[in-house]
Amino acid sequence: MDRATNTFPEGVRRDKTTDLNTDFEIRSQHSMCVNRSEIDKPILSNIKFLFAGILFGIILVKSEVISWFRIQEMFRLQSFHMYGIIGSAIAVGMISVFIIKKLRLKTIDGEPIQFDNKKFNKGQIYGGLLFGFGWAMTGACPGPLFALIGNGATVIIVTLFSAIIGTWVYGFLRDKLPH
Amino acid sequence: MNFIEWIKQPWPWYVAGPLIGLTVPVLLLIGNKSFGVSANLRHICAACAPMNISFFKYDWKKEIWNLFFAGGILLGGLLTALFLQNPDPVVVDPKLATELAGYGVTNTDGLVPKELFNWSSLFSLKGLILIVAGGFLVGFGTRYAGGCTSGHAIMGLSNLQLPSLIATCCFMAGGFFFANFVLPLILKLNI
Repeated sequence: MDRATNTFPEGVRRDKTTDLNTDFEIRSQHSMCVNRSEIDKPILSNIKFLFAGILFGIILVKSEVISWFRIQEMFRLQSFHMYGIIGSAIAVGMISVFIIKKLRLKTIDGEPIQFDNKKFNKGQIYGGLLFGFGWAMTGACPGPLFALIGNGATVIIVTLFSAIIGTWVYGFLRDKLPH
Repeated sequence: MNFIEWIKQPWPWYVAGPLIGLTVPVLLLIGNKSFGVSANLRHICAACAPMNISFFKYDWKKEIWNLFFAGGILLGGLLTALFLQNPDPVVVDPKLATELAGYGVTNTDGLVPKELFNWSSLFSLKGLILIVAGGFLVGFGTRYAGGCTSGHAIMGLSNLQLPSLIATCCFMAGGFFFANFVLPLILKLNI
């Protein structure tokens, strides 16, 4: 889309379009989760995401999503709990995205909300299976790793560090891996 | 039962699931951000050790919101431990409890089994596999797949992305296979 046609509130500085295009392409590569905002705000304005994270972390702990036992039950079909959580979360997310698109809602800064369409590559299969193995072993996906450390399972710091190494090794080998 | 006692109980799926789903519109509305956590691991690589690898050569400060979000998750875990922790052991399905007892895992006081995940288990092969190799696969696999449970299963499926459906099915298939056929062999290790 043509970024130059977007309108922004007055006094908000935009990035140089040329820089953004290439940088955005790299940032959004192999990532569902990206910052689509083109408004450059001071770093402390990110405090609101800290609060969103706190609420999300509390929910993760209280629903026992971060529990190794709950994940083992899920993979052994011994409990409905995790299926109920993931299923109802997707349902609420889907309805929300539908409403946002239908009503063309804007952010609190007045920016049009943008979504990215992702292309299929084999990494989603190979990487997905490998992550599945890791999920079964550690009982945690990346969100719960942070919540577990905060909750007092300090040895998970090692798991998080190892996950960072795993991500780095992926970046190092990326050109040689099938996609 | 007063409110604080009630909120300390584990929350049922129909409360927690919709609240997790609401994270999607909240992040979009407060800042045009697509929900996800695993990208943080990449931003940390980009910030600390890009080492001239093109995958890590981008302006990670543009994604610093994500690191604030992850920091919040950690703080949320801490606040829960301080004020809202369930004092009772985790209720585990009897079939799972029997299976785990066969491997000597009986302590359900914490959300993770204390016999498997503690600092001294890092000196055993079993602990190294679960804690270190498991973590490595979480980091390597999520980035190779382009997202984790948050990014693909929740954000991606909310946005009706076919690649996310494929990735989510593979997460589950990998987990099913590993938990049922490989993990028992690891848990049997006595070294």
